[in-house]
Amino acid sequence: MTLNEILDSLFPAGHDVAVAGQLVAGTAQTARGTVAVLGTTDAAAIGHDIALGLAGRILDIVDQHPGRAIVFLVDTKGQVLSRAEELLCLNGSLAHLARCVDLARRQGHVSIALVTGEAVSGGFLSFGLMADKTYALADAQVRVMDLKAMARVTKIAHERLVELAGSSPTFAPGAENYLRMGAIEAIWDTPSAALLEAALAGQAAAGAAVDGRMRAGLARQGRRLAADTVSAVLAA
Amino acid sequence: MNAPVYTNLVLRHSYFEATARSRVAAVLDAGSFREFLPPEVAQPSPHLAILDIPGAFDDGVIIGSAALGGKPVLVIAQEGQFMGGAVGEIHGAKIVGLLRRAALEKPAAVLFMVDSGGVRLHEANAGLIAISEIMRAVLDTRAAGVPVLALVGGSCGAFGGMGIVSRLCSAIIMSEEGRLALSGPEVIETVAGVEEFDSKDRALVWRVTGGKHRYLTGDCAELVEDDAAGFRQGAIDLLAGWNEPVPSSAGLRAEQERLSRRRQRFAGMRDGLEVWAALGVPDPRQVSLIDRDSLVALKKGLPA
Repeated sequence: MTLNEILDSLFPAGHDVAVAGQLVAGTAQTARGTVAVLGTTDAAAIGHDIALGLAGRILDIVDQHPGRAIVFLVDTKGQVLSRAEELLCLNGSLAHLARCVDLARRQGHVSIALVTGEAVSGGFLSFGLMADKTYALADAQVRVMDLKAMARVTKIAHERLVELAGSSPTFAPGAENYLRMGAIEAIWDTPSAALLEAALAGQAAAGAAVDGRMRAGLARQGRRLAADTVSAVLAA
Repeated sequence: MNAPVYTNLVLRHSYFEATARSRVAAVLDAGSFREFLPPEVAQPSPHLAILDIPGAFDDGVIIGSAALGGKPVLVIAQEGQFMGGAVGEIHGAKIVGLLRRAALEKPAAVLFMVDSGGVRLHEANAGLIAISEIMRAVLDTRAAGVPVLALVGGSCGAFGGMGIVSRLCSAIIMSEEGRLALSGPEVIETVAGVEEFDSKDRALVWRVTGGKHRYLTGDCAELVEDDAAGFRQGAIDLLAGWNEPVPSSAGLRAEQERLSRRRQRFAGMRDGLEVWAALGVPDPRQVSLIDRDSLVALKKGLPA
C-alpha cells in the first residue's frame, strides 16, 4: 500500500502532507478537527537529518498549535549505519527527538503512532514507541533483528529459535508479539479513519497519558514478569 | 625510591574493569548501599533458561538506595560482565521500577552506572520495549525534579538503546575509556563493510565514540579519570548546585539549534581528528596522548 493510499484511507476528509526525502509532514482533517501528521516512509533509516527534521516540526506544533493531536506514521528500518553519523552522536539526536515527543505529551498533545511498514530498533524507539499509544497495520514488520541474524549472533540454532517463537512472544519478530507484550495497542486490518478517530478520542478522554504498557503486557499474558518486578521495587 | 609510584599503581582501581558491585561500593558513601531485590529474593530470567543459558539472580543489574556525599540517592548499576549488560525483561523492569520510585521519593539524584550494549537479543522484544519504558521513566523522573546522572566508563560502554537512554539523562559523566554511541562499530562493519568502520582499529573506535571525543563536542558534561574516585567526585561536583530544568519548548529549541548547527559545521567528517581540528584544537593528534586534566584545560581554552 502506498503512502497516499494510507493517507486517503486514514483521512478521507482531506490531508495536506508532503514527503521530503523520506520524511513525512503535514496536516489532515478528522472529525476531531485538524491533526498533525509526521513520520517516515519507504523504510527510512533514521539519521541526524530525519531526527532533527521531525524534532523541529514537533516543536513548531507545540509552539504554534497548542493541543493539536499528532499522528505519527512509522516506517523505519532502524538507524543509519554510518561512522560519520556516530561521530556526531546519533544516539543524541534520537534522544532529542524522543524528548520532543515527550514534551508534546506534557504540553497536552495527544499522540498516536501507526506502524505502516517496518518498525525496527532505534528508529522505532525514537518516536513510534514514544507516542501515547502505538498501533500497527496487519502487514507491519516489527522487530529488533530477524531470526536468522539472531541465530548467528546468539549462536543458537535457527530451528530452535523458530520452534520457541511458536510459544513465546519475547524475541521473535512480529506485530502480534508486540501486541501481546503490551507495546502495540491494537492491529488494524487496514488503515481506517474510524479506528484512528476512535484511538484519538480514547486517548483524549484518558487524559495525561501514563505508561501502561507493562500492565497491558501482563493482562495479555505476553509479558508476565515486568509489572510485578516494578511493584516489588516500589515496595522494597 | 620507587615506592610512591608503586603505591599509586596498587591504589588505582580501574572503573572500566570493575564489577558493578565493586563500582557501587566504591562510588557511593562507604557502607551506605541497600540493595532492592537482592539475589536472595530475586529470580533469574526464565527467557534465558529456556535457551539453556545460565542466568544471574540480579539479571545483570543492581539497584538500590545509598548516599553520595551524605545526600540520599538511588542507584542503578549494570553488570557488563553478564550478557554484556544487555537489557532483558527483568533487567529492564528493575530499572523502570527504580526510576519510578525516584519520581515518588525524590532523592537528591539517581546515579545510573551504564554498562550495556543495549537490547538483549535473547529477549529482543522484551528488551526493546523495556528500553522504551526506561526512556519514558527517565524523563518522568527528571520532570519530577530529580536529576538522573549517567556514568559511562564500563567495558561495554553505552550502545544501542542504552546510548539513547544515556543522552536522555540530565548529564553524562565519562572516562576516556568510556564509549557512547548508537550502533556498535562491529555492527556497522558487518553491515556496511570494514571501509566504513574498522571495529578492530581501537584508536579509531575511541576517536569516534570515546570519552575524550564526546567531552570535546559537549555530548558528555564531565570527563573523569578511569577510577571510582573520579566518577564519585564528578557526580558530587555536578550535583552541587544542580537545578533540574523543567521540560520546555525553549530548552529543546536551544538543543535543536545546537545539534543543527553542528550538523552543518562538521558535515562530511568521519574521524574525531577532523572534528577536533575544526573545534580549534591546535594539534589534534595530541588529544589521545594527553591526560585528563590537560584535556579539560585544553577544552577550556578552545574558541567559543
